[in-house]
Amino acid sequence: MDINYSAGQMAFRDEVKSFLAENLPEPISRKVATGKRLTKQDHEQWHAILFRRGWLAVNWPRDFGGPGWNAIERNIFEEEAALAHAPRIIPFGLAMLGPVLQRFGTPQQKDHWLPRILRGDDWWCQGYSEPGAGSDLASVTTSAVRVGDHYVVSGQKTWTTLAQHANMIFCLVRTSREGKPQQGISFLLIDMKSPGVTVRPIVLIDGEAEVNEVFFDNVRIPVENLVGEENGGWTCAKYLLTHERTNIAGLGLARAALQNLKRIAYAETSGETRLIDNPLFASRIASVEIDLMAMATTNLRVVAQAAAGQAPGPESSMLKIKGTVIRQEIDKLTRQAVGPYAAPFLPEFLEESEQADPIGPPHAMPAVQKYFNNRKLSIYGGSSEIQRQIIAKAILEL
Amino acid sequence: MNFDLTEEQTILQGGLRRFLREQATPDTLSGATAGDAGHSHTLWQGLVEMGVPMALFPESAGGLGGSGFDISVVFEELGRVGAFEPLLESGILAGGLITELGTANRQEVIDQIIAGRILVLAHAEPDSRYDLAHVQTTADRVDEGWLLTGRKSLVVAAPAADMAVVSARVSGAISDRSGIALFMVPLNNPGVELRSYRLQGGGRAAEIALEAVRVSDNERLGGGNEAFAALERVHARACAAQCAEAVGLMNGIRELTVDYLRGRRQFGKPIGSFQALQHRMADMLIEIEQARSATINLCGHLDAPSAERERQVSAAKNLIGRVARQVVEESIQMHGGIGMTMEYALGHLAKRLTMVDCRFGDADWHLERFVRLSAVAAEEFA
Repeated sequence: MDINYSAGQMAFRDEVKSFLAENLPEPISRKVATGKRLTKQDHEQWHAILFRRGWLAVNWPRDFGGPGWNAIERNIFEEEAALAHAPRIIPFGLAMLGPVLQRFGTPQQKDHWLPRILRGDDWWCQGYSEPGAGSDLASVTTSAVRVGDHYVVSGQKTWTTLAQHANMIFCLVRTSREGKPQQGISFLLIDMKSPGVTVRPIVLIDGEAEVNEVFFDNVRIPVENLVGEENGGWTCAKYLLTHERTNIAGLGLARAALQNLKRIAYAETSGETRLIDNPLFASRIASVEIDLMAMATTNLRVVAQAAAGQAPGPESSMLKIKGTVIRQEIDKLTRQAVGPYAAPFLPEFLEESEQADPIGPPHAMPAVQKYFNNRKLSIYGGSSEIQRQIIAKAILEL
Repeated sequence: MNFDLTEEQTILQGGLRRFLREQATPDTLSGATAGDAGHSHTLWQGLVEMGVPMALFPESAGGLGGSGFDISVVFEELGRVGAFEPLLESGILAGGLITELGTANRQEVIDQIIAGRILVLAHAEPDSRYDLAHVQTTADRVDEGWLLTGRKSLVVAAPAADMAVVSARVSGAISDRSGIALFMVPLNNPGVELRSYRLQGGGRAAEIALEAVRVSDNERLGGGNEAFAALERVHARACAAQCAEAVGLMNGIRELTVDYLRGRRQFGKPIGSFQALQHRMADMLIEIEQARSATINLCGHLDAPSAERERQVSAAKNLIGRVARQVVEESIQMHGGIGMTMEYALGHLAKRLTMVDCRFGDADWHLERFVRLSAVAAEEFA
């Protein structure tokens, strides 16, 4: 056993670090570090920079324009990017749709859509959840009826992240009501500029409209936009969910958040005492830091297995739960650290251009916004309860 | 980066697992605790014949390993079945200090330990709690030797040993790191008195009273009075061994609990089909993986500079202590009444795992220490 990176992995990490130092635009990393809003242009600019370096589609094979990294290299890249306060790579086209097209797409679909994803020609969003289909995804009811060489789509998707920026959405739609619910689902690519598509923003408890409802009213979609077999969409959906998901623990993000928490705990004072010197608060930080140190190794153990070609089993679920618990604890401590200045609700201070003096310390509003926003971590991508079911099923085999 | 065992470690692990599965039965273990020696002669001879003590010493001392991961392989297997043979006491603690500091006949004693002689470390005292620097026992200079006077407590495996490495203060205040010396003391020396008792987690320990025990200069380890650094290094290795043992215990308990959830039926179905129990089990499994990772972190840092090594000690002991409590309490709860009986295998494993937190510092003690040790490193945020 050796818990250290090999010389080659260390050299790769240095290469990633220096690339980030030289190429990550400072205005963007400053926004990420201080919890300001990122614009669509910020994301597109960063994607373009990574694309030019060949590092955008981190989990794509080389043949499709990915860097051909193994799981360890991906892990190093993602961790360093988070620590450098790079924006996350928007996953919908790159991490989600890309692998599905590579696995199930026709040659024409691959040739058409994959380069567009890399170049950023399309902004994709994910049409899975519906008002009546959350954790129970197989109960989707948005229907697609074949009429000639088109599908006619009607229904509603919800929790659609960043749909306000998107021109394309990949959807699970119902094409049959026969058999088990999973058997009548198809995977469809929908142009959001089609007549009958409406997007309505949903304001969340953090004050932001990151997610949306998307309505389809007799939207006509050409049949060549079907991915995989008609009624075979569940296979695509499952592949997407079980496809090796990197960074499910959010390790780099957790480390960056812990650093931010410590910075705030050193800056905040009560009387003469720094918050970091309050033994109770210091022990809460230490406790979560110790959890994080262990999770970093749990993560590397799973990554090393994946790099050796072993398919991850319930370990992905374990990492998602533990990563979520740790990040939500850090976010809670960070909110707690800003003290009474957690109370003012000033979303305008999330805007980089805001010139007015903040109420209280400048780190207060972003800390509270993040606390509320990251309640999502234990809900999306399979809630923590669903993950526990997956673990229990795998271990108990009942 | 590589999380695989070496070929030698894999062979050792396999042999040890087979041997302990066959030999370390609940009857053997309870019989060992009931006997005067507090361990099983059969098990001990088997371990010695397999060369297990040798795996704990570096090649420079006539051993075959001695790295953090050699330690973890051995102690995880012991833990899996709840065995308590005195490998930690003799091989890691007493043997480790003799290796570190040396004695007049260093190699001879190490060879004897490898061949099965049992030595112990008598360091903790009635008032020391978990403070490694607390030494009230005194060593007074007389003629060519020393007179040792004081009380040593919780000397695990002392009833099985013929010799103890005893810490005593030559100078300084009771909790000074400076001024601590270590002496080899035969336990049948005049003035040495043992009071032997059973332990909750199996095996025996003794309180040792030292009344003007005479030892010669030759019996002082390393010939000096500054043994604290070596004590701390060896303590870190002992913590690694104990954490690995805890991971073994957790996995032994995990296996029992999984089997029970699958086999026990209530309301017409296996109790493992109830979501309330499934989620408790899932949480327990996650934390057992965390405990393994914390142990790997510590084992990988045993040779790191002392500041980083000690921070890892406290991180691992804190996490292991927290997870141990969760695994013990949750596994008993998931079993129901049967989990509280000593007739069923869980009872011993759960008690032994509980006791991990009461040796070498509990979760809170190490959390407070981690905060202190991290403070220097963290001033960059100020």
